[in-house]
Amino acid sequence: MASYIIRRILILFPTLLGVSVIIFFMLHITPGDPAELLLGERASEEALHELREHLGLNKPFYIQYGMFIKRLATLDLGETIWTRQSVWIEIKQRFPATIELSVAALMISCTLGMIFGIISATKQYSIFDYLSMLGALAGVSMPIFWLGLVFMLIFAVNLGWLPISGRLSVGVDLEVVTNFYILDAILTQNWEAFRDAVWHLIMPAFTLSTIPTAIVARMTRSAMLEVLRQDYIKTAKAKGLSQFKVIFKHALRNALIPVVTTIGLQFGVLLGGAILTETIFAWPGVGKWMYDAVMQRDYMVIQNGTMFIAGLFVIINLGVDVLYAVINPRISVK
Amino acid sequence: MNPKHPEDRHPMLDQLAQLWRNKTAVAGLFIITAFVLCGIFAPYLSPHDPIEVALYEQLKPPAWDDEGSTENLLGTDDLGRDILSRIIYGARVSLLVAVVSVGLAFCFGTIIGSVSGYYKGRLDDIVMRGIDIILSFPYILLAIVVVAYLGPSLQNAMFAIAITYVPRFARIVRASVLEECEKDYVMAARAIGARNLRIIFLAILPNCMGPLIVQTTLSFASAILDAAALSFLGLGAQPPTPEWGADIARSRALILRASWVMTFPGLAILGAVLGFNLLGDGLRDALDPRLRD
Repeated sequence: MASYIIRRILILFPTLLGVSVIIFFMLHITPGDPAELLLGERASEEALHELREHLGLNKPFYIQYGMFIKRLATLDLGETIWTRQSVWIEIKQRFPATIELSVAALMISCTLGMIFGIISATKQYSIFDYLSMLGALAGVSMPIFWLGLVFMLIFAVNLGWLPISGRLSVGVDLEVVTNFYILDAILTQNWEAFRDAVWHLIMPAFTLSTIPTAIVARMTRSAMLEVLRQDYIKTAKAKGLSQFKVIFKHALRNALIPVVTTIGLQFGVLLGGAILTETIFAWPGVGKWMYDAVMQRDYMVIQNGTMFIAGLFVIINLGVDVLYAVINPRISVK
Repeated sequence: MNPKHPEDRHPMLDQLAQLWRNKTAVAGLFIITAFVLCGIFAPYLSPHDPIEVALYEQLKPPAWDDEGSTENLLGTDDLGRDILSRIIYGARVSLLVAVVSVGLAFCFGTIIGSVSGYYKGRLDDIVMRGIDIILSFPYILLAIVVVAYLGPSLQNAMFAIAITYVPRFARIVRASVLEECEKDYVMAARAIGARNLRIIFLAILPNCMGPLIVQTTLSFASAILDAAALSFLGLGAQPPTPEWGADIARSRALILRASWVMTFPGLAILGAVLGFNLLGDGLRDALDPRLRD
């Protein structure tokens, strides 16, 4: 087991290096002068020269790449082009918002997805099974940017139950400690802010959870069906155990292995979906930040933000793989 | 030819029969056919010009609304353009994007995967590492970054989606080729002196088609969805191209006044994607029992 984990961690470095090569060369493959691309066509000759100097664009490729790697290794992510803010500080401010949203979405997906999956599997070919699997198929086919707008129209505009966008209402004071607003509200025992933050979270979280919920439901159903066919389930039933005990103590535990992997793989879907969801709901997270950067052509943010997200994604996937090996020791032998 | 024994029938006939019995697949096939027909015959089906601006006809509600008229069945948008016509023409754009991007990904993925799986060794290691690296970009992020660098256009969006889809084809083909390589017919082909490329493309690949067809169908679904998302973000189709995602983006500003502008393009995306997903699921059951879930 230890050797498997070490091997997986060692693979991490070439992968991250490869990611950095792609991101680095993407800026240089694009037609035209990178400095001009960064500053726009109307930039003055001095400004262009200064930027080339600053980024080392007048040096050979391999030295430029070396500098890029050196900056990454020291966690220096540079400055945004327009506001001259440190990219690292921006990430630190915005990342908690994305995590808060993603975790909420993941919790919704796990709960709903597993409930629907288990009921569908135990009542296979029932009307509930058909409807929930059709719903799951519609879920994976859903343009979530549209669904978010539909939610907005129904729950914010027409019914007025939920706030239309943002993370916190204007006028609600919250002392920011960790930038996780819900956590901050609990820490400072500010219950008004807590209620407001949760209220703002509901619509974006449900929107973002659509696709993962559908995937988890389908996976749980198929894993449960697979397990329910096994002999030990027949044995458990023959022993006269209650339906509840058979399903939750004997079947679910074994069906969980593929489900946990599926849930782990949803992080990528969530991080990608966060760009769409955050843009619609004006949620001040990393996704909206990346979108704004693309719109303003702030290539420093695009370059370093992508590196950060991809790096994080690689590490999360490693974590999922290791976790998987812990639950299912057969994997690490392969 | 009428074979006397059931064993003489081509196995494909059995699979087609199985597909026909699969209700979800047939439903999917019907939906797709409807969209394809809309795309092909768009100029004959659509009641109006999709990009013609008619300022006196602004924001007319759908026909069933009191203020609506049968002239514009699904109403008009803020520039007075007929929404039904834009949706019919949008089918053309979305299907084109799906065919081009999935087609590119299919060709490159198949070549990369089969060569990698056939020759194995060093080459395979390097290629698969590269594939892993592309897969380390979450979901749509790589496509967004590619378009951000190349500049927003429908063409670049197709290209970006193609890049992000190459890995899934390469992986599936490689896995199938690795499995097929162990079989006797490959050894026989080698023994009679067939060239490697001939073995790969004429002997092995036709036997790997099942999972590939399933993957292609499911990729059509996600390509339509991703292209719409890119266009929604302003990175794909540019105005005045009638594209579902771009139309939804435009309608955001109208959410308080005219909800129908937003509703129908979204339903169109959902319908088209659902059609391909239904067919893909059905094909999976018929062609590739191993992948059945």
